[in-house]
Amino acid sequence: MSDKKKKKLTPVQQEYQDFAKQREPERPVLKNCLMAFLFGGSICLVGQLISTFYMHFFGFNEKSAGDPTVATLIFISVLLTGLGVYDHIAQVAGAGTIIPVTGFANAMASAAIEHRSEGYVLGVGGNMFKLAGSVIVFGTVAAFVIGTIKVIIMQVLGGF
Amino acid sequence: MIFFWAFVVGGLICVIGQIMMDVFKLTPAHTTSTLVVVGAVLDGFGLYEPLIKFAGAGATVPITSFGNALVHGAMVEANKSGLVGVITGIFEVTSAGISSAIVFAFLASLIFKPKG
Repeated sequence: MSDKKKKKLTPVQQEYQDFAKQREPERPVLKNCLMAFLFGGSICLVGQLISTFYMHFFGFNEKSAGDPTVATLIFISVLLTGLGVYDHIAQVAGAGTIIPVTGFANAMASAAIEHRSEGYVLGVGGNMFKLAGSVIVFGTVAAFVIGTIKVIIMQVLGGF
Repeated sequence: MIFFWAFVVGGLICVIGQIMMDVFKLTPAHTTSTLVVVGAVLDGFGLYEPLIKFAGAGATVPITSFGNALVHGAMVEANKSGLVGVITGIFEVTSAGISSAIVFAFLASLIFKPKG
């Protein structure tokens, strides 16, 4: 907790915060990182295998193999989410399952499945991006800003 | 060799995410959003493309590549049609990921019921 926030609290509340901090279980950072590394690495390895498979058997080149690879990974991840397996893996793997694109698909599928009881339009349609939306919003805004800056710089330098 | 580097680089990006969550106490949503922006910035400086060449799926599977692909689509279209291209091209490359995620997630909601 930051110092600024702490000043607003009464002495009793501060005491409680200190107490709660002592009781908070230590996060096993090293073990979590190792798990994230192994699972994240494995997912990327699977991705590489899939894209090599597409390159060899369907004649995609290095660049165009990316799209079907991502789609396949998303399909697998959505399937595992629906079967309830992905969450069990995520418990162990932490960021190893959140950071790859499979985590993005998991966030969308779980939100869609969870809200289906509210109906397909308001529930599934309205809530699908509840968790995954922030990624798209911030990615798009960042890409827009960077793209605009780059275009302006290139035009000033006469790159066009 | 590309398999080895895909594993190592992909794993390392996930470790960075894990450290952001554990040490800096960010939520998963904050972590993924930050990494997407990082990926976009890296591509802005032209640093992400070499990483993909080097690590293959190790760089394209983590969510950072989403930011990279957004900037990439925007720049390709901008080179053709100027400033308007930034808007029209932004989703050009990422379309595969987003559309398939929407379609599959919707189909999943038709088939599966929520689990306890």
